[in-house]
Amino acid sequence: MRSGQLAFLSTAFAVVLFFSAGITTPPVHAVLEPLKFDSSSQESRYKALIAELRCLVCQNQNLADSNAELARDLRLLTHNMILSGSSDTEIVQFMVSRYGDFVLYRPPFKPSTALLWLAPLLFLSVGCFVLFRIFRSRKNVSPSIVPPTQRARVRKLMRDDHST
Amino acid sequence: MIAELGLLALIIAFCTAVVLGIVPLYGSTQRHSICIAVARPAAWVQLVFVSIAYGCLTYAFLDNDFSVSYVAHNSNSKLPLLYKISGVWGAHEGSLLLWVLILSGWTGAVTIFSRTVPEEMIAKVLGILGLVSTGFLSFILFTSNPFARQFPPVTEGRDLNPLLQDPGLAIHPPMLYLGYVGFSVVFAFAIAALITGRLDMAWARWSRPWTTTAWSFLTVGIALGSWWAYYELGWGGWWFWDPVENASFMPWLMGTALIHSLAATEKRGVFKAWTVLLAVFAFSLSLLGTFLVRSGVLTSVHAFASDPERGLFILIFLIIVVGGSLTLYAWRAPGIRSVPGFNPVSREGALLINNVLLVTTTATVLLGTLYPLFIDALGLGKISVGPPYFNTIFIPLTVPLVIAMGFGALCRWKKDTFARLRADLSILLLASLVAGGIWPLAMNHYSFAAASAGTLGCWAVFTAVRGLWIRATPGRRWRGLVQTPRSYWGMTLAHSGIGIFVIGVAFTTIYSMEKDLSMAPGDRISVGRYEYQFDGVQNLPGPNYVAQTGTVIVSRDGRTMARLSPQRRRYLVQQMPMTEAGIQAGFWGDFYVSLGERLDDSGRWAVRVHYKAFIRWIWLGALLMAAGGLLAASDRRYRSVVRLPTREPAPQTAPDLTG
Repeated sequence: MRSGQLAFLSTAFAVVLFFSAGITTPPVHAVLEPLKFDSSSQESRYKALIAELRCLVCQNQNLADSNAELARDLRLLTHNMILSGSSDTEIVQFMVSRYGDFVLYRPPFKPSTALLWLAPLLFLSVGCFVLFRIFRSRKNVSPSIVPPTQRARVRKLMRDDHST
Repeated sequence: MIAELGLLALIIAFCTAVVLGIVPLYGSTQRHSICIAVARPAAWVQLVFVSIAYGCLTYAFLDNDFSVSYVAHNSNSKLPLLYKISGVWGAHEGSLLLWVLILSGWTGAVTIFSRTVPEEMIAKVLGILGLVSTGFLSFILFTSNPFARQFPPVTEGRDLNPLLQDPGLAIHPPMLYLGYVGFSVVFAFAIAALITGRLDMAWARWSRPWTTTAWSFLTVGIALGSWWAYYELGWGGWWFWDPVENASFMPWLMGTALIHSLAATEKRGVFKAWTVLLAVFAFSLSLLGTFLVRSGVLTSVHAFASDPERGLFILIFLIIVVGGSLTLYAWRAPGIRSVPGFNPVSREGALLINNVLLVTTTATVLLGTLYPLFIDALGLGKISVGPPYFNTIFIPLTVPLVIAMGFGALCRWKKDTFARLRADLSILLLASLVAGGIWPLAMNHYSFAAASAGTLGCWAVFTAVRGLWIRATPGRRWRGLVQTPRSYWGMTLAHSGIGIFVIGVAFTTIYSMEKDLSMAPGDRISVGRYEYQFDGVQNLPGPNYVAQTGTVIVSRDGRTMARLSPQRRRYLVQQMPMTEAGIQAGFWGDFYVSLGERLDDSGRWAVRVHYKAFIRWIWLGALLMAAGGLLAASDRRYRSVVRLPTREPAPQTAPDLTG
């Protein structure tokens, strides 16, 4: 399975290189490439991009940290695309069109990931709702405020609240 | 022979665990005193035999007994002694044996340190721990026997994974497991209390030191793992939100929530049902962590399929533990009452906010870790959930948590008012704003993010220290500080640790610098205020590897600050290349250099040069948290009922109102 995946990816990569006019074949020599940029903003864009793109053949590493050959090739591809004037969105779209959403460490917002992005808000709202209810029901610090006729009801409310 | 002895010891330990899991539990429900009395000796017998089994496996490593399959796969005659000892837990079978050894150790510790707890309760607690041991021992015996022989035997072992040949990673798993497994004691106390239906303040008091101790070990374990990733993986990162990291972080978050909820339960008798639930979840997440890491389900779905037996076993075990506990909970919870009321502005209120935020965070980490699995299983495609997602969610949840922490530490129990707190809070807030706002001026550029994080960190430290100051009664402060209980000191340390951690994380992210360079011998490059000079690479042999060692001299204004030796190693047996970063640690920042590959014959190398600002503050913060936890767990009042005659009389302490 692994080697099949690898073969597919390297073919895909060859196709990418073939069709991307203006992108030079990367030199094959270093893991840490001393790259040249026209401006420091290009360099910081490059660093941000390779930190959020996944190396597809590694266990769980981004392009920046991976020593794999594919990761190096994709780093150089990113570098070349930046130098040739592509925007971040274009580079990301390019990667996704080749490798799918798997290449993105920041999952895109779409129907299948809506739950992923919205759930934290949901958890927090439920938590705040429960918090609010507990605050309201436990507010009576000194029971003497409550008239004796109401005490049983208060106790029942507090019990009900706690079991939820 | 030794291996067979080990297996025999393991089988005896298993039988003892079965007895421990059945007899005392039966005895305590039937009030059968002889059955109850079985608990303590059985716990000891189990510990002795698991220790023998563990000793046998260690002996097989030291003896280079490569007829034992596990040793042959994870050791080598040239492996240094330290790594032969730590190699025992270097892979699946041995690390499970370590897990069971630590579980037996915690079980033994319960028999020693819980003399204040009634015998019937202890019998239940030990019985439940026995059931957990039974599960893990049968897992080892039926799916992961570390003593299995291989035929024909080999003359040389395949060596320990080079990544694990490192002192930091050698002690990382035992620390982590001490934490994970420690939550089983808390779990056992919670289940025992649920069985009896007596969730009183005494139960919370018994549980607290165990929870805090386990949590402290887990903190140290996670910090060690992060430190190891920093210097061993060679790219200078310290946390990647990797599923394996998340697996240890989730029980930590839940344990943190549990510590705070237990405080309210013990002091004020509130949140009882909630606290029990947290105890169950903390242990369940520890088991889930083991399942995720051990089954291989996370790194690759195919690894899971290649060894479905092990994954399935833990999954079933997990379902029994979680399902059983929740059923028991559903049955008992309606009878639990937490009567005392409190104001929203009170320490109870702040602790509730803490719990809501921590549980939300845990749930989010869990969701993010498992989401790719669900999506894949449902056939909706493959996605990755990585640092950008977790950071986006985690930071907005952590900021209010730290704000609430400072507030909660100053609040009184039961009822407080903003009017009373206003003077204190406004001075502390102003001081934090000033300190946090000025701090980035001392750095190489001003950053409002750094100023905000600095303010938040200072707020955490200032409020914690102020709380301690108030706690020490006015008029006789120094004596008051000495007499302040250790639990309060522990809280102050841990909360300050959070502040230092926050500053460390933010400043490392904002003020670190890195450059990828191609350097020939004699080349100089400046990074920030420092100059890095590359002095070429030499070949050096190691015990079981060969290394190319570079030399980089760091200087500032002509004065030498550090001499770094980054290495590239090739381990001879597994032919695996490894990088060892050259690091000079400093309080304000680390010089960090890693060596890439040789670029040409003239001695030109690819070099990655970093300056990691404030990175040590991250682990310093974690160590303060752990130290605070251990200090709090050693507080006198957890031992107060014991009062052995040999102990010196306790000095008169002020009535404990706040800690």
